[in-house]
Amino acid sequence: MLEIKDLYVHFGVINAIKGISLKVNDGNIVTLIGANGAGKTTTLRTASGLKKPASGQILLDDEDITHTSAQYRVQRGISHAPEGRRVFPTMTVLENLELGAFLRKDKQGIKADLKRVYELFPRLHERRRQSAGTLSGGEQQMLAIGRALMSRPRILFLDEPSMGLAPLLVQEIFRIIRDINSTGTTILLIEQNASMALQIADYAYVMETGSIVISGSGAELMQSEDIKKAYLGG
Amino acid sequence: MAGFFKKSWAVKLVSLASVFILVQLLISAGFIDSYIQATIATICINIILAVSLNLITGFTGQFSLGHAGFMSIGAYVCAIITLRIGTTGSFILGVFAGAIAAALVGFLVGLPTLRLKGDYLAIATLGLSEIIRIIFTNLKITNGAAGLSYIPRFVNWFWIFIFTVGTVLLIVNYIKSSHGRACIAIREDEIASEAMGINSTRYKVTVFTIGAFCAGIAGALYASYFYDIAPKTFGFLKSIDVLVIVVFGGLGSISGSILAAIVLALISTFLQSFSEIRMILYALMLIIIMIFRPQGLMGSKELSLSLFKKAGKLFSKKERV
Repeated sequence: MLEIKDLYVHFGVINAIKGISLKVNDGNIVTLIGANGAGKTTTLRTASGLKKPASGQILLDDEDITHTSAQYRVQRGISHAPEGRRVFPTMTVLENLELGAFLRKDKQGIKADLKRVYELFPRLHERRRQSAGTLSGGEQQMLAIGRALMSRPRILFLDEPSMGLAPLLVQEIFRIIRDINSTGTTILLIEQNASMALQIADYAYVMETGSIVISGSGAELMQSEDIKKAYLGG
Repeated sequence: MAGFFKKSWAVKLVSLASVFILVQLLISAGFIDSYIQATIATICINIILAVSLNLITGFTGQFSLGHAGFMSIGAYVCAIITLRIGTTGSFILGVFAGAIAAALVGFLVGLPTLRLKGDYLAIATLGLSEIIRIIFTNLKITNGAAGLSYIPRFVNWFWIFIFTVGTVLLIVNYIKSSHGRACIAIREDEIASEAMGINSTRYKVTVFTIGAFCAGIAGALYASYFYDIAPKTFGFLKSIDVLVIVVFGGLGSISGSILAAIVLALISTFLQSFSEIRMILYALMLIIIMIFRPQGLMGSKELSLSLFKKAGKLFSKKERV
């Protein structure tokens, strides 16, 4: 579904991404794990059009979208829940969700998706009239994911959804990610919580300082001695 | 949020018309002398400036210090046209020509500078308005530093009222539309709004252009009412004055900007009698008000009829007790 070929991204003179290639198959959960500063977020932001690549190619269903705008990619079915949640703090939960559907015109469809998001996250329904800035961290993460779903994406990018959340909430979020995936949405997930991510991933890539060093199925990488040592704490 | 504008059109129209007729009657009957008329004109011009700057700074979060520059473009274009032709028609033409010229400059300058953020944008727009001022100081057609005088006065209460209401309605409708929602999203979090598919550059340039257009109208009205303009009228301090009104009224509140324009004009009129220490008192009042109400008079809320209803309920409860 999504394919990245030999991608290079620079920040000024610094090469943040040094020629990575990866592939996300239809209906899969694919995860990108690695330490801070490995370039995971930059990869995701380049794929969703928030950052321009220096060279390389990004393909969505075999269509070259490397030089298209972020808006176009949202319309083509990519949705990105950015790192650090980034909800609109003074707007209500409902207004946040409506903005997720900004480019859509089908009122009925938006209504149906709003209902679906409320079913996934009953807490958001309870707090729909509350301003997003007053939500707890976990609720804001739910809102960020819900908002990303409102564009009815075919592929959902999640950037560290477990960041700063209590362990119980992390489990809840991962259960929901599975739920979303089971309804047919492909997921590209960035995580520092490698063990959780590998448990739900069909396929995984490990990044180190701008390059992909290992890749394999989630189960394979769970067994790998190198991965255990470097990322799983054992 | 926009309860003030939610009531049916009929209510709005009647209240606007009654304000207009009331003031017109007072002018005709001689209760309002030319000094008060000039104050009213200043208030209306400041309302246009503040509401349009609020669209840029309060709603879209782009810190601009160039409003006086756009105002001066409107003022000079309108002045030159009315000086050459000198009919009411030429005045209307001048207002729109001035506004369009200001909007055009705003658009051309906005494209490259709106990539800048926060204080960088403030400095770039400040520089822009200084460049405009210096160009007007050095051009022959604008009569250099002495400026233009004896501009025919076509502006009266009717035109000021029409243009003020027109620009405020234009901006209110823009903010209430889905475009306005996009602007607020950009203010709240630009990266997140880009991820939602909002083209932030397009919206920033659009509001910058609309703001410049309205500032151009304000400048044209100023030129025609005060029949005397010079580059120094539109210096850096003019931009600051407008910013003060916007911040004082509340960033992101249209009714706040309107209220602040009126309150600040009343304060400075009241202070006329303390001539020497007038500016000190004015600044002191601003400081005190901002300490006790840092979010401005209205915060980001709008003055609405439901607000009055709530206040009414409070009072009636008190009476019962």
